[in-house]
Amino acid sequence: MLLAESGELGHTLAEAVTATVVGLADGYDAVLAPASMDGKNYMPRIAAKLDVAPISDIVEVVSADTFVRPIYAGNALETIQTSDAKKVITVRPTAFAPAAEGGSAPVETVSGTDAGKASFVGEEMVKSDRPELGAAKIVVSGGRALGSAEEFHAVMDPLADKLGAAVGASRAAVDAGYAPNDYQVGQTGKVVAPALYIAIGISGAIQHLAGMKDSKVIVAINKDADAPIFQVADYGIVGDYKTVVPELMNALG
Amino acid sequence: MKVLVPVKRVIDYNVKARVKADQTGVDLANVKMSMNPFDEIAVEEAVRLKEGKEHHAAGTASEIVVVSIGVTQAQETIRTALAMGADRGILIQSDADLEPLAVAKLLAAVVAEEKPDLVLMGKQSIDGDNNAVGQMLAALLDWPQATFAAKIEIAGGAAKVTREVDGGNQTLSAPLPAVVTVDLRLNTPRYASLPNIMKAKKKEIAMKAVADYGVDVAPRLTVRKVTAPATRSAGIKVADAAELVSKLKTVGAL
Ligand SMILES: Cc1cc2nc3c(=O)[nH]c(=O)nc-3n(C[C@H](O)[C@H](O)[C@H](O)COP(=O)(O)OP(=O)(O)OC[C@H]3O[C@@H](n4cnc5c(N)ncnc54)[C@H](O)[C@@H]3O)c2cc1C
Ligand SMILES: Cc1cc2nc3c(=O)[nH]c(=O)nc-3n(C[C@H](O)[C@H](O)[C@H](O)COP(=O)(O)OP(=O)(O)OC[C@H]3O[C@@H](n4cnc5c(N)ncnc54)[C@H](O)[C@@H]3O)c2cc1C
Repeated sequence: MLLAESGELGHTLAEAVTATVVGLADGYDAVLAPASMDGKNYMPRIAAKLDVAPISDIVEVVSADTFVRPIYAGNALETIQTSDAKKVITVRPTAFAPAAEGGSAPVETVSGTDAGKASFVGEEMVKSDRPELGAAKIVVSGGRALGSAEEFHAVMDPLADKLGAAVGASRAAVDAGYAPNDYQVGQTGKVVAPALYIAIGISGAIQHLAGMKDSKVIVAINKDADAPIFQVADYGIVGDYKTVVPELMNALG
Repeated sequence: MKVLVPVKRVIDYNVKARVKADQTGVDLANVKMSMNPFDEIAVEEAVRLKEGKEHHAAGTASEIVVVSIGVTQAQETIRTALAMGADRGILIQSDADLEPLAVAKLLAAVVAEEKPDLVLMGKQSIDGDNNAVGQMLAALLDWPQATFAAKIEIAGGAAKVTREVDGGNQTLSAPLPAVVTVDLRLNTPRYASLPNIMKAKKKEIAMKAVADYGVDVAPRLTVRKVTAPATRSAGIKVADAAELVSKLKTVGAL
């Protein structure tokens, strides 16, 4: 394990991460990162500096040079083979089991590089004691139906706490300011694959399904019996969330 | 400030892509095509920088050039951008689907010719879903990058950009010239008005070929096959929350 530190690396600025990793890349056959917002930010930059075609968001390793990745919002899976000697890859975390813990690799300090290009001004992080959305066993997601930020939190937070779940949202709920952007599940937000996904007042647009259709069990609560979300849900309740969610809270005890 | 906006012609976001039976790709015959939604957001922001809308000072952008790499019909995509308020267009014709690295190299060559102060572009195209070209262009130019922008302020020769990141927002200051890629919440793109669509017909589109730029666009990747994902079938409707909880317990989901 190599440890690099610098002011810019502390904020994972893409230019600094790139300068540091490219400096180390000679000795390695592959550079991998999760397909998180961070990984998506710096990995293509690293690839271009190495003159390598990056491979984004893989869900399967077929062989040392061949990988599977979703395209078109997950409506197609492409199997691609690269001719580049060095591989630069981002990995969809939900598609692979985590490595076992308890390794004991030695930690070696290497020099971290500041790039002096963009500079950090500030950040606003959402604090939460709930499990991380991408890693949670249960996710409860709210949509446009919730109608306001107050209602979103009043309905979703107690349910999440009761289930030990993470809270997600549709784009419509995030755009309207009911939930922070970090909650967005979908093609252009987070991809989740929990054991249980409960969609409340979400219609089930292609872009939303792209982020949750690999969940093990999907539950939909929607007042419209024809909502597309029911086409992927294992269990559906047709009804107003205002009555169904309190009943669910009761039934959970 | 001169702004370059790369725009891509892609499957319309309302259309569900279908894989071809021979597994060579996605069937785009007779499918509605549109401007990549993120690129519409980039064009809109460029036009606001010119008009002085929202928090931007009028005339922050002096000229907006849009560039597309793609088939002849990508002219329609450029016309849409011109109708929204861009000044002129460049189409680099290519019938081959170019990889992100090749697209970034071509865009870098366009930047060398056009010398923009800012490249504003989509964070991701909704077909390839690579989320790569902007970052690669910034690397090739050795410019700063600010990806996933939710707010952009131009002042003092720098772009102050609020970015959507894991866990919240991060604000960066990128000295110009820079590459900024845009996210969903930056703005809501306008619909072009009929008079502006008419006006856009008179705006210039320069027709170019990939060979004009002398860059290496040879593919590094070979698509072995394109398949449909496993489909889920609709489950059952349950009567109420109590029945739901008992079902979830039975299957071990609770
Ligand atoms: C480029 C692009 C990228 C996108 N990326 C994403 C993405 O990553 N994630 C994403 O989610 N979307 C994304 N979208 C948006 C997507 O197309 C949909 O617009 C969005 O998912 C709709 O959100 P929604 O289901 O909450 O709202 P709606 O579609 O408005 O659905 C609301 C649902 O609530 C139901 N409802 C209303 N009242 C009640 C009630 N009282 N009780 C129960 N049910 C009720 C309605 O029947 C309806 O089905 C993207 C779109 C584009 C163009
Ligand atoms: C089924 C399928 C098969 C494919 N097969 C091949 C193949 O065999 N060989 C091959 O080389 N490629 C192939 N491609 C193309 C390739 O995967 C990407 O579509 C392409 O490289 C661009 O990546 P992207 O659109 O995902 O870029 P992203 O990085 O997601 O795009 C980000 C932004 O870059 C800009 N941009 C991207 N492309 C253009 C453009 N053409 N013009 C102007 N601006 C642009 C836009 O601003 C866009 O918002 C295939 C694609 C598909 C879907």
